[in-house]
Amino acid sequence: MTTEYWRWKEYNWKDPDIDWKEARNITVGVDVGSVSSQAVVMTDGELFAYSNMRTGSDSPESAENALNWALEDTGLTLDDIHYAVGTGYGRINVPFADRAITEIACHGRGANYMYGPTVRTILDMGGQDCKVIQVDEKGKVQEFLMNDKCAAGTGRGMEVFADLLEIPIEEIGELSFQIEEEPEPVSSTCVIFAKTEATGLLRQGWPKNDVLAAYCSAMALRVVALIERVGVEEDFAITGGIAKNAGVVQRLTKQLGLVALEPKHDTQIAGALGGALFAQTLAVKEGRVSA
Amino acid sequence: MKANYGYHDGSGDFFITIDSNLCTGCVECISACPADVLEMITDDYDDVVAAVKEEHRKKIKYSCAECKPVDEQPPLPCVSACEPGAIIHSW
Repeated sequence: MTTEYWRWKEYNWKDPDIDWKEARNITVGVDVGSVSSQAVVMTDGELFAYSNMRTGSDSPESAENALNWALEDTGLTLDDIHYAVGTGYGRINVPFADRAITEIACHGRGANYMYGPTVRTILDMGGQDCKVIQVDEKGKVQEFLMNDKCAAGTGRGMEVFADLLEIPIEEIGELSFQIEEEPEPVSSTCVIFAKTEATGLLRQGWPKNDVLAAYCSAMALRVVALIERVGVEEDFAITGGIAKNAGVVQRLTKQLGLVALEPKHDTQIAGALGGALFAQTLAVKEGRVSA
Repeated sequence: MKANYGYHDGSGDFFITIDSNLCTGCVECISACPADVLEMITDDYDDVVAAVKEEHRKKIKYSCAECKPVDEQPPLPCVSACEPGAIIHSW
């Protein structure tokens, strides 16, 4: 079988120091995205467990798989959960959700928790879209812009590129700095034309790492244009899978002339985390748990 | 909240911005739009506001084309109908 370089690792995590049996308010947020799905479990406002997996062809099944994996070995079952919020592209197809909330609002709230109340501008580089969100000190959205018409500058674009150059996706960022001189960005970030351009450059004798650098840089440039349409107010933070790619992040922040906040948790869970936080409030508001 | 509906692609930026802090929910813009692009929604913060319909968000350049002839720039019906000035087009 040929190696699939784009296949990022799926995983789950739980906080061993939290005993959920003592918690009064247990909620879950499930973010069914176009490429990946996450489930986050919160107990009394604390992050307790999460999972991150690839989305399958069936949205309800992806939501259930993500939840089951987050609950694995915790002793918790769906019956113990007071409130569930679905978010992301597949949010209306989450069978166990009590409410669906857009990923824009969830990302705002999730980033506020992950990065603290000083975060004002969030760039979410998702699997098949790119969002710029401005929030207030409570994580409430003040302005947003989403681009999901074009795959350039998205996680899926990077996955395709990983396969093209036969480099594991997690290594792209680091390798893109192992170069003698920063190359010009590639002219097209189009996922379809990436192959033509990348193979063209390799044929001209470019080292692979230089091609990676040129692509990371082009992706950063493209996203900068979107961010500038909304404007950047600091503090600035990046969520989503591409936030883990230093090759894009460092070039992006350099072009913007600012630094991005260091994430306290996995950047891919921001949406689901926001969903679980909304669920914490809604569980009290709707009388599922006492205030 | 300012919601930017639309997209950015190789041919440019095409966004309609609707400011929910200004929108009063009067629905004037909805009847003014000849292409039936707008609708009222209840957003995530339970505000009832105007929004661009989902099915128009990725083709807004074409949906709005009849109000934007290339040789002249007449006032846009949705923008003119909106008393508080909550609607802005980027192109």
